[in-house]
Amino acid sequence: MDATISAAVSILFHGTAYAMILYIVSVGLSVTMGLMGFANLAHGVFAMAGGYVTVTLMNDYGVPFAASLLIACLVVGLASIVIERTLYARLYTASELEQVLFTIGLIFMAIAAAKFVWGPFAQRFAMPEALQGQIELGTRSFPAYRAFLIVVSIAIILGLWLGIERTNLGARIRAAVDNRRMAQSLGINTGRLFTLTFALGSALAALGGGLGAEILAINPSYAIEHLVYFLIVVSVGGLGSIRGPFFAALLLGIGDTACKYLVPEIGAFFIYAATMALLLWRPAGLFGRA
Amino acid sequence: MIPPGKSSLKRPPAVEALIKRHRLRPIELLPWAIAVAAYFLFPGYLALGAQIFIMVLFALSLDLILGYAGIITLGHAAFFGVGAYTAGILAVQGWHEPISGLIAAGVAAAVVGLVSGLVILRTHGLTLLMLTLAIVFMLHEAANKAGFITGGADGLQGIAIDPIFGAFRFDMFGRTAYWYALVVLFLGWAFVRLLVHSPFGRSLTGIRENVVRMHAIGTPVRRRLVTAYTISAGLAGVAGGLLAQTTEFVALNVISFELSGAVLIMLIFGGVGRLYGAFIGAPVYMIAEDELAKADPVYWLFWIGLILILLVMFARGGILGLIDQAMHLVRWRRK
Repeated sequence: MDATISAAVSILFHGTAYAMILYIVSVGLSVTMGLMGFANLAHGVFAMAGGYVTVTLMNDYGVPFAASLLIACLVVGLASIVIERTLYARLYTASELEQVLFTIGLIFMAIAAAKFVWGPFAQRFAMPEALQGQIELGTRSFPAYRAFLIVVSIAIILGLWLGIERTNLGARIRAAVDNRRMAQSLGINTGRLFTLTFALGSALAALGGGLGAEILAINPSYAIEHLVYFLIVVSVGGLGSIRGPFFAALLLGIGDTACKYLVPEIGAFFIYAATMALLLWRPAGLFGRA
Repeated sequence: MIPPGKSSLKRPPAVEALIKRHRLRPIELLPWAIAVAAYFLFPGYLALGAQIFIMVLFALSLDLILGYAGIITLGHAAFFGVGAYTAGILAVQGWHEPISGLIAAGVAAAVVGLVSGLVILRTHGLTLLMLTLAIVFMLHEAANKAGFITGGADGLQGIAIDPIFGAFRFDMFGRTAYWYALVVLFLGWAFVRLLVHSPFGRSLTGIRENVVRMHAIGTPVRRRLVTAYTISAGLAGVAGGLLAQTTEFVALNVISFELSGAVLIMLIFGGVGRLYGAFIGAPVYMIAEDELAKADPVYWLFWIGLILILLVMFARGGILGLIDQAMHLVRWRRK
């Protein structure tokens, strides 16, 4: 009995930590999809870039973890503004196929660049000492890193939700997602809003990439390896939704962990089948508007 | 939008245009002449030649759903892989006859296409993209885990194929494989050409261009899409079966996102929705890969990515689109 409970607790715990990373990386994709309708397959590239910057700063320059994360956010956020203005912005009115091809091209170039600079292998993530080992909670002990991940992620997510609900920028984003034309005619500069949102989403992805470097190992094919999972989170959550992907990520994270733990032979298989069944039932996702 | 087939033509009366669409133009025989000539000119590259034909057929099957029906998929290799494994497993298990093996490959892939098409074609946009990806990952996982029958990550080995019609043995120089693949490609091309010029094919183009109107005039849109998806899957399966039979090996990466992406890129290079995009894109891609990628796969990926971005930004019709534009310019100058 106790073994079952501790297995369940362990699955819930690891699954939640995994889900947090998935959500932080994917939420930007959901908003930019909802806002601009852009089929951006290259979102994972920004997460990967964040991961590489974080890991390199820590390993090679001895920068503390938190500072590395902040720098990664800034660097990737700024870089994404440049990329959005020069490349993405030209394709907002293009067909979906062109957006898909463009972002696949971007992924390929990112893979080649990452291999060229950092080599083909996964990066070593030197965890800060404070995050190594276990934390005692009641009668059980949990890995400190994952506990830290969950706490920090929840703080970020609460901040994000508050920001979307309470700030002027958040209100403008919500307005533009709901009805872009109406928002425009009310004098909202949607072009600038797109850029800002894109940069915010990319910075969040970079943060997720850096934070989760231990869970989703930073390697050149990061953007392709996890692409399906990011897309599942977004489409099950409902495009344009902020909260939907959170619950989708929780479902996916915990479900995936449970499957890999309980039935390793067919683990991934089950997740895809469940996703398909879910989308058959609700094609617009759990929280999406059809 | 994807340009319609023959945008460079001056607009004649509608009837004449329709008749012209069907007529076989001399230039359409050019690929076949080149293929026959290549057999005599490059006897050392017959194996590569057969693989090029296979990829042309694969890209052609993609053109049917992407170029004509407008379904964007990142999972087309799923059907290629099902075909390859079907033909391969049949041969390993004792059924060595090639033609029936190839038909079985096509049928198996078409069935998978039908079932998955019924499920995923209810969605659209990013969700549809994700589901096509999910299918390819799912089948990849299945092939990987079912190692007792597929050989898993080591690949399927021990494929032995009987001579075609009991007369043409698969030789080590790839002569038989070359002609076999070429003939199957020719049949596939004739079939697809017939299909896209038929009322069925025209209705697919209509769905691509304006779904709402096609609904309004009473076209059973979803049934048409599922049918096209199934036919395309079957053709991709035949291409996969060809690969298994001619190389006598099936690697796990026949069902992969990478191959789905590669075939998509081949088609884009050549030109989408033009029937001949596959005939230009696949050879260019395969020959370039043969020359460049072996030396340095990293740079290869970089250049492919860059070319893809440049194509999207500046040359949306692919190579054939560029040729079209050049011809247009020449004609315009002459006036």
